[in-house]
Amino acid sequence: MRHLLSTADLDVTTAVRILDTAAQMAATQSREIKKLPTLRGRTVVNLFFEDSTRTRISFETAAKRLSADVINFSAKGSSVSKGESLKDTALTLQAMGADAVVIRHQASGAPHTLAASGWVDSSVINAGDGTHQHPTQALLDAYTMRRHLAGDAVGVGDVGRDLSGLRVVIVGDVLHSRVARSNVLLLRTLGADVTLVAPPTLVPVGVEAWPCRVSYDLDPVLRDQQPDAVMMLRVQRERMTGGGSGGGAFFPNPVEYTRGYGLDRRRLALLPDHAIVMHPGPMNRGLEISADAADSPRAVIVEQVTNGVAVRMAVLYLLLAGDLAEQKNVEERVVVA
Amino acid sequence: MTRPTRYLLRGVAPLGGDPTDLLLADGVIAAVGPHLDVSDVARGGARSGSDNSVVEIDARGLVALPGLVDLHTHLREPGREDAETIASGTRAAALGGFTAVHAMANTTPVADTAGVVEQVWRLGRDAGWVDVHPVGAVSVGLAGEQLAELGAMAASAARVRVFSDDGSCVADPVLMRRALEYVKAFDGVIAQHAQEPRLTAGAQMHEGVVSAELGLAGWPAVAEEAIIARDVLLAEHVGSRLHVCHLSTAGSVEIVRWAKSRGIAVTAEVTPHHLVLTDDLARGYDPVYKVNPPLRTAADVEAVRAGLADGTIDIVATDHAPHTREDKDCEWAAAAHGMTGLETALSVVQQTMIDTGRLTWADVARVLSTAPAEIGRVSGHGRPLEIGEPANVTLVDPAARWTVVPEEQGTASVNSPFRGRELPGRVVATFLRGRATVLDGAAVTPGAAVTPGSAVTPGSAVTPGSAGADARATAGVGA
Repeated sequence: MRHLLSTADLDVTTAVRILDTAAQMAATQSREIKKLPTLRGRTVVNLFFEDSTRTRISFETAAKRLSADVINFSAKGSSVSKGESLKDTALTLQAMGADAVVIRHQASGAPHTLAASGWVDSSVINAGDGTHQHPTQALLDAYTMRRHLAGDAVGVGDVGRDLSGLRVVIVGDVLHSRVARSNVLLLRTLGADVTLVAPPTLVPVGVEAWPCRVSYDLDPVLRDQQPDAVMMLRVQRERMTGGGSGGGAFFPNPVEYTRGYGLDRRRLALLPDHAIVMHPGPMNRGLEISADAADSPRAVIVEQVTNGVAVRMAVLYLLLAGDLAEQKNVEERVVVA
Repeated sequence: MTRPTRYLLRGVAPLGGDPTDLLLADGVIAAVGPHLDVSDVARGGARSGSDNSVVEIDARGLVALPGLVDLHTHLREPGREDAETIASGTRAAALGGFTAVHAMANTTPVADTAGVVEQVWRLGRDAGWVDVHPVGAVSVGLAGEQLAELGAMAASAARVRVFSDDGSCVADPVLMRRALEYVKAFDGVIAQHAQEPRLTAGAQMHEGVVSAELGLAGWPAVAEEAIIARDVLLAEHVGSRLHVCHLSTAGSVEIVRWAKSRGIAVTAEVTPHHLVLTDDLARGYDPVYKVNPPLRTAADVEAVRAGLADGTIDIVATDHAPHTREDKDCEWAAAAHGMTGLETALSVVQQTMIDTGRLTWADVARVLSTAPAEIGRVSGHGRPLEIGEPANVTLVDPAARWTVVPEEQGTASVNSPFRGRELPGRVVATFLRGRATVLDGAAVTPGAAVTPGSAVTPGSAVTPGSAGADARATAGVGA
């Protein structure tokens, strides 16, 4: 595995291996000295064409915990229309000798373009491209689900497992969501059963080809499927006004959205006891998720952030320090550290 | 007095029919018949000097077509000479077998005045590769608000008959109605780029399974079909001619079929790329496949082939759209729409329509020459291959196969979606009023085939009634 561009590129073996590696990484993070020497002397560039403090900090933390040198390149505003092209930015990074480029870009496919262009020799990690993919988010979501739902107990016995048999419901703006696209593909690969729930305006034409079910009605899905995990997607403000999309609003108003698709106290009560509540953040409290749900014991939203660091450490490690065959050595290297 | 080279095409198959000989002399098809006698052929011409010789071409196995006519070409000049010039684009056209092209209006400045269309026409004439017929903008600056000076463009030396805001849709129904009505005064036609703008804001590719997967904003088929439906009804209401540019969806074919059955004066074109390429090519995010209207599904490809075969779609037009490397060497969303096509069009039509048994070569002559010439009101092109007709002739070798290398093409840009593909059929020669612009598959620089200092009597090498041709013949000799 040279790049991580899309969860579509991950087979079940690779995906489970990443999750297992993440578990090993996570285990090191409870130590007093969290830093591992694994990527000492390697350079990771966070190339962000779009603001995302949370994702950038997560990647930065992951790289630093592996002792890599980290360069943060905020390229917002230096898009083609305003100045330097993606190509010239890439050539600049190549000249500086980046080993990995973590790219966030507003254009779907930009990481593919970077990886396929020959402009850089680096590994390319997609940190979110347009409305296409956000593979490390899906991996940290899967990791979080596995910890809570696939083991015999929390954090025990889940290593090596996939997500067979789990029922996951993803609710919200599927149309514009790279998180939803990445999750649908990865969860399916890992054996989970996925249902998307959204108002019809926020479901893409062509969704029928996705390996999941689609519903417009949240209550029966929660009641009848008794999902193991419910993932609430963020609703962008501009979807309510039609701003930036050339069309009208995607739903009449926030109140109606919340009434139909928000996770409130009543819907929370429909879930089975073991079910977890997830959100990729940042949340719109009171819109897609109520404070009752966000702050409930079943919410694992903060833990998702923690797990994000471990998962990104695993991805950086696997892409930079080793082919997947060397996998077994990670624990030894960690011990040596 | 010396005279231009004459060409005797031996054993050629006109429109794929029985082999015969064609003599091209004095700008016209001077003789047709099996085993023409060279001494007969040479008679009447001065025999001194090589320029007087009759050049015999062994054309056995080659198909002769009337010179191809493209109703939809972007030559980029004035304004984007870094992507294409009129000289490079028309040279590419000749290499593709064309003898006339319609230059789209979306240049900088926009071809919305008599001055700009005359400039384009004149540059085309000076280049000498093909006849350039400028398309005039429907609205000032392609802005879709106010009618451009359609009458002035029609009355100019460029004699504009085709008007289009191509690249933009004439979305305002009132403006469209007025345009359709207004051009009746000079037998013009409105060529509509059918794209409902509100339904396609930010659109990147065909809306469907692939766009959903790739997260690229969708360009729904209905945005094309809704405009075509509206426009055929408008054309019926005001009794005008409507031409639908680059129709791309199965639904559009159905609407045009219905309109024709009602007797509405609508014609439609399909591009070569929409006859063969599909939206799943976007999966690699290579912007060479980014085009407007977008590549559609396999079902749409089948529908446009069927529409072309049954005559619902009248013509194939290239929508040749050269772009600089920097406009394609970037992320998909930042890339320009469009692909080159002049030099692959005939091969793609052969591959998709001839080799599949859906069209004959006579049909190809119709969809790539006769019908576009008729729609554009271009005289002297798209004529039968008969004695006395203008010697606008293309020779194609249907048995040849070639691999597309964009860097080796005549166009100044390399954004061909067929890079690396093997295609059937090769243009061997192109003759513009009897002068070879392409021989043995290579471009012949205008002027090279005519002895310097020789004179052509205006009118002798000229299409009657074509104002442009008179000037061309005179200028061509001096070049």
